[in-house]
Amino acid sequence: MSKHSVEDIKKSVKVYIGVFAALAVLTVVTVAASYLDLSFGESFFLALTIASIKGTLVAGYFMHLFTERTAVLAVLGLTFFFLITIMFLPFMAFTDQSAI
Amino acid sequence: MEIPYNVEERQDTGMFNGKLGIWLFLASEVMLFGGLFSAYVFLRMGDVTGAFNSGSSELNVPLATFNTLVLISSSVTMIMSWVSLKLGEQKKFKQYLGATLLLAAVFLVVKYFEYTAKFHHGIFPETSTFFAIYFTLTGLHMIHILGGMIVIFYFLVPGSKMMNIEPERFTNRIEIVGLYWHFVDLVWIFLFPVLYLL
Amino acid sequence: MSGHTDSHQEESFWRKYIFSIDHKIIGLQYGITALIFLFFGFCLMMMMRWQLAYPEEAMPWIGWLFGDDGIILPEMYNSLGAMHGTIMIFLGVVPLAVGAFGNYFVPLQIGAPDMAFPKLNMASYWCYFVGGVVMMIGFFVPGGAANSGWTSYPPLADIATTGQTVWLFGMVLLITSSLLGSVNTITTIVQLRAKGLTWMRLPFFVWAQLVTGFLLLLAFPPLEAAGVLQLMDRLLDTSFFLPSGLVVSGEILNVSGGGSPLLWQHMFWFLAHPEVYVLILPAMGIVAEVIANNTRKPLWGYKSIVYASAFLGFMSFIVWAHHMFMTGMGATISAFFQTTTMIISVPSVVILTAMFISLWGASIRYNSAMLFALGFLPMFGIGGLTGLPLGIAASDIHLHDTYYVIGHFHYVVAPGTIFALFAGVYYWFPKMTGKVLNETLGKVHFWLSMLFMNGIFMPMFVQGLAGVSRRLWDGGASYAHATDTLWLNEVMSTSAWLLGLAQIPFIYNLIKSMKSGEKAESNHWQATTLEWTDAPSPPLPHRNFEVIPEVHRGPYEYSVPGADKDFTPQSEA
Repeated sequence: MSKHSVEDIKKSVKVYIGVFAALAVLTVVTVAASYLDLSFGESFFLALTIASIKGTLVAGYFMHLFTERTAVLAVLGLTFFFLITIMFLPFMAFTDQSAI
Repeated sequence: MEIPYNVEERQDTGMFNGKLGIWLFLASEVMLFGGLFSAYVFLRMGDVTGAFNSGSSELNVPLATFNTLVLISSSVTMIMSWVSLKLGEQKKFKQYLGATLLLAAVFLVVKYFEYTAKFHHGIFPETSTFFAIYFTLTGLHMIHILGGMIVIFYFLVPGSKMMNIEPERFTNRIEIVGLYWHFVDLVWIFLFPVLYLL
Repeated sequence: MSGHTDSHQEESFWRKYIFSIDHKIIGLQYGITALIFLFFGFCLMMMMRWQLAYPEEAMPWIGWLFGDDGIILPEMYNSLGAMHGTIMIFLGVVPLAVGAFGNYFVPLQIGAPDMAFPKLNMASYWCYFVGGVVMMIGFFVPGGAANSGWTSYPPLADIATTGQTVWLFGMVLLITSSLLGSVNTITTIVQLRAKGLTWMRLPFFVWAQLVTGFLLLLAFPPLEAAGVLQLMDRLLDTSFFLPSGLVVSGEILNVSGGGSPLLWQHMFWFLAHPEVYVLILPAMGIVAEVIANNTRKPLWGYKSIVYASAFLGFMSFIVWAHHMFMTGMGATISAFFQTTTMIISVPSVVILTAMFISLWGASIRYNSAMLFALGFLPMFGIGGLTGLPLGIAASDIHLHDTYYVIGHFHYVVAPGTIFALFAGVYYWFPKMTGKVLNETLGKVHFWLSMLFMNGIFMPMFVQGLAGVSRRLWDGGASYAHATDTLWLNEVMSTSAWLLGLAQIPFIYNLIKSMKSGEKAESNHWQATTLEWTDAPSPPLPHRNFEVIPEVHRGPYEYSVPGADKDFTPQSEA
């Protein structure tokens, strides 16, 4: 990112403003969605999807992940895999446990 | 002896040291909060008393929504301060960075009112596992906000001298602070629905 | 995150030796502190062994430490056990392997003037130091130090005496130190490699440190999270790990309940299994260096070792619940973890086999460093292979929590990792100090250590198979079915005390050689890697090399046909 010209930076400012608007709208949407009469599974799925979209926007644009170097992406890919592991394996172990 | 690639990018990795450093640190932070989210899932799975459902309905959603917007705005002002620095607009940089600090303070003040309201109603971490994890997660997040505020304050006042001496290095530092700050925002983006809305 | 120091300027004593930002001084600080803790942890164990060999007899000489009658009471015994484990792992072996050797030799082997973040490096050491001090404070609080085992399983740990809180604070500091250190190591290896030092030209030691760095970086935070949760439980009366209706001393505990002790076990072992590889990978790295150097041959299968170690690191994150087969986990999940456990043994075997094959047809130099490295191979082999029955749920049911487990992991860590660390000390001492360690004393140290290490740990397998639990204060005296194996307690204890005595030549050697040892040449072992070929002994303060070297070849080019000497330095054009 550091080699970018003044023109590029001014262009990216517009993107940042756009991302900000999207984040604000999605925040309102997720709050509104929580008032819908949905089952727990549905609202769980909806809330996490919206949060993931917002998270991707922040990481992708504000943190420049969409244009980041492969080394950083590799580290984060590895981290993400282990994050999934620690999120879901205890969860699965738990489900298996209560079945006894 | 100067450490190589402290300021300039290394050709084959395309990064300066600090950039890789902060990303590694953030990776460990992902695992820290990941562990706590995992604990949340685990406890919620085992919750037979309905503490999680009744607990989250007692939280103040409007205040938290407001806080979410505050934090998102602070992320935008943070990145704008970096952009201003890149464009050489030092005055704007200070304004944006100051705004970030201010918004962070607003977030903490709102959180303070939320906490005291809970204490007032006799709700403490020991009330139920839901409130235990609620106070732990939001408390840890607040510590991160506080840490970020200290660093931002440093670059706004005592550390800003570097802006004119080593401008490139200073810009790098602001980029790193920005990455951290966006990460704190990112965590809140997940905390908000998980604690307040579900 | 700055890091420039003017090396021409005279530094004050404090800046130079205490709050130094030179990776070599920090490495030495780590090394000395860790060796002291290692010895202290060993002393705790020697006291425990008295109680196990001679249950309820007064301890000679130092009995006054345990009250008027000089008997180690059960609570005290538990404290000693918990603190022995904690100190050996978190304050002894890991800081020595990663903090000392990693810190000192990674920058030297990759041709860097220092670590990427020197001030962070200093912060990492001081976090470790303060963490160690906090751990020690535990001994002086009411109720004594933490006594719920090094695993600190709740609900026991949740309701334990104040020492447990101190332990948790200590752990948080130690974890922070590890995180700072691993960020630094990884950045250094990725960013500061000298010109021409491509990934496949890195010495295996550097690879091992890189993988270790990732393990520390990603596995420790969940334990930090778990530590925070246990602190909340202890200080703010939450119930993360306390189930509803828990009865303690005949009364229902007055907490909200709703938590689960298994949550702690998952989060704890998510760290603690990778931690095993944090202990073993740097050891393998050291052994690889020593073996290649003293066989005067290239390391056999360098690439397969590198890939194996990366795979090992990766797999270590998805095997943790094989520590939890006895928690009532379902068969599906048990089968999953059993399978991954069997898979993870493959890369370990690949590495060990490659090292064995490296010995084939070599004209081996049997110096002290090499003896310890050679000792490492079969010892780690025993440790690894005895782990397989523990990784299979069916046989684990019998062996779980017996002395068999103790024997297994001690073979990995004590005659395994610690031997490798000794090898590292003998191998690199000339580089660090410019003096050579006495070989005769070194060999005495090796053979005695080898003998007594096996004297301690081999009988544990026998007792364990007989079913003796690992946590018994009386050493199994109350177990009718195990009485035939109890005489072994005396054998083990005597071996342990003699092992303590066997360290005297080592300590004497360190001090004596430092003062009046034979002077070492800059490339004392005729090695190929940069720390030997391009830096003086000891390397220059703050910049290591007179000129930053350039690398032209792989790390282990020994006995190249047609070359004029039997080693070709990496930096030779």
